[in-house]
Amino acid sequence: MRGDALVVAFAGDWKLAADVPRVAALSLEGSTGQPTSIVVDTDNLGAWDSALLVYIINLRDRCAALNIDLNLDALPPSAVRLLTLADAVPEKASDCEHCDDPNVRERVGQFCLAIFRDVTEMLAFVGECTAAMLRLCCGKARMRRQDFLNSIQDCGPHALPIVTLISFLVGLIIAFLGAVVLKRMAAEFYVSYIVGYGILREMGALMVGIIMAGRTGAAFAAEIGSMKVSEELDALRTLGISPIEFVVLPRLTALVLMMPLLTLYADLIGVGGGWFIAVATLDISHHQFFSGMIDVVGMADLVMGLVKSVVFGVVVAFSGCLRGMHCENRSDAVGAAATRAVVTSITLITITNALIDGIATLYGI
Amino acid sequence: MVSEPFIPANDGVLITVEDLTMAYGARVIMQNVSFTINYGEIMIIMGGSGCGKSTLLRHMIGLKMPYRGRILFGVADISRVDDAQRRRLLASFGVLYQGGALWSSMTLEENVALPLGEFTDLDARAIRDLVSLKLALVGLDGYQSYYPSEISGGMRKRAALARAIALDPEILFFDEPSAGLDPVSSRRLDDLILEIRDTMNTTIVVVTHELASIFAISDNAVYLDAVTKTMLACGDPRDMAKDPPDPRIYEFLTRGET
Ligand SMILES: Nc1ncnc2c1ncn2[C@@H]1O[C@H](COP(=O)(O)OP(=O)(O)O)[C@@H](O)[C@H]1O
Ligand SMILES: [Mg+2]
Repeated sequence: MRGDALVVAFAGDWKLAADVPRVAALSLEGSTGQPTSIVVDTDNLGAWDSALLVYIINLRDRCAALNIDLNLDALPPSAVRLLTLADAVPEKASDCEHCDDPNVRERVGQFCLAIFRDVTEMLAFVGECTAAMLRLCCGKARMRRQDFLNSIQDCGPHALPIVTLISFLVGLIIAFLGAVVLKRMAAEFYVSYIVGYGILREMGALMVGIIMAGRTGAAFAAEIGSMKVSEELDALRTLGISPIEFVVLPRLTALVLMMPLLTLYADLIGVGGGWFIAVATLDISHHQFFSGMIDVVGMADLVMGLVKSVVFGVVVAFSGCLRGMHCENRSDAVGAAATRAVVTSITLITITNALIDGIATLYGI
Repeated sequence: MVSEPFIPANDGVLITVEDLTMAYGARVIMQNVSFTINYGEIMIIMGGSGCGKSTLLRHMIGLKMPYRGRILFGVADISRVDDAQRRRLLASFGVLYQGGALWSSMTLEENVALPLGEFTDLDARAIRDLVSLKLALVGLDGYQSYYPSEISGGMRKRAALARAIALDPEILFFDEPSAGLDPVSSRRLDDLILEIRDTMNTTIVVVTHELASIFAISDNAVYLDAVTKTMLACGDPRDMAKDPPDPRIYEFLTRGET
């Protein structure tokens, strides 16, 4: 204390790298209660950087709150200049769209509105895509053959390795689980039934759908999203070309065409995996496995899987393109669009799968 | 192949922006903007970053609907025209986007050829010749088979310009053409803009905040201000600099130096 002023003396180095004290740790309670002013003393101050400035700014805020005078005359001149610069922000960001903290009611309301907006957007997009599809069928849509072929290549041949891996694995797992359970009941023979039915009717299409959601749906969203961010879609619009026709259609048609083929392939590999386990771990011959499967698994199951695959193809391509087209105009939104595309695809795949199964059960297919 | 002007003459006024208010959702960006652009004029839209220059451009090329007010080409309101008329309007526009916006999955040749294929009945051979002419005009002949990702930023801007002038448009829109270019390239681009105007009598709307460009090419300018969200001035920027109608414009045109 000097008179009734508190002296804050800085000593040594005040650098970011050093461990400097915090303003909160400064006790303002002197022997005579709260001081009326604070004087800064820098006689022993060594090297300093922004750490000192932050301390001073915090100290100043605290003094202002407590109505204490702060005398900064002793600060090094360059520090004073930096402080002046920091104060001279022409207009502090004041129209705070980001700093209001909505209460629960507001949040629930906004959440509902967002869902409503999402559904409206989806329906509008379905409508636009259908219209574009019809124009394509009349031969009036503008779509580059090259884009279509590129998409075919990406959705087809390039997806084969991962589809092979996963389907084989799923075939293995189904057969293995089946084998474990059936052995207990001495009904090993039925493993071919479980594999055939499970792969053809359910898992083949479902696995391909989910793989394509993560692989291709996300890629669609990212590609289209970055085209939006870089104004490529606007450039199409100002030529009077609908981005739906030019960008969405080739991807949608390519994926929908490729999905049944991929699923057929996945069925083959999956059954192969099941067969491998059956023959290797159970006492079943090749002939028994396949004839047993053909006896119980019919054409209907295969067709069912293929129908599902087409539906999943539409769902995945649609979600990917939708999220891409609605990507925000910032480059970091592209990643978010890809994520949302995968989530939307998988959610919709689950829902449509349940619907199709439900309908099939209802009609005894 | 200079096409017949289709926009009905209106006392030499080509574009009329009338009491335009622009908003994203409920957030108003700019209100009560009114000005006119004459045939063959180079109009500059200037103002600080984020004040809504690109947004105004997007309204003018029909990508965004006005919140209030209207934009007339001749006497046709761009947000209310029917499809056929809209297509004709779009065919007379050339747009150079801020980042170039070349289609990244296509080569430069395909990029420049797309508008030609879209709006003309030329055969492949004629289109190829036209493409190399346009690329030559911007100094990029020989780069036909390059993809946008394979050339530098300045070259991308120029390729985008070649695409914008592919159809010999009546009206050219430029969004910050010299942003990200070195001073020499930027100067050359200004010369090219003047050249296009003088040889093809194109009406040109340029969004920029480069003072050198503003004084080099402009006939007329509007100044948009982010704080008041209004258009502060409209006129020849050289007059504005001499006799500034507002201190903010003076600061802008002199870079705050006194
Ligand atoms: N798609 C959008 N959605 C919401 N706000 C936007 C969008 N695009 C731009 N804005 C806002 O509009 C304002 C003007 O943007 P812009 O026209 O790009 O400015 P500039 O004059 O730099 O070209 C900015 O404040 C920006 O945040
Ligand atoms: Mg801009």
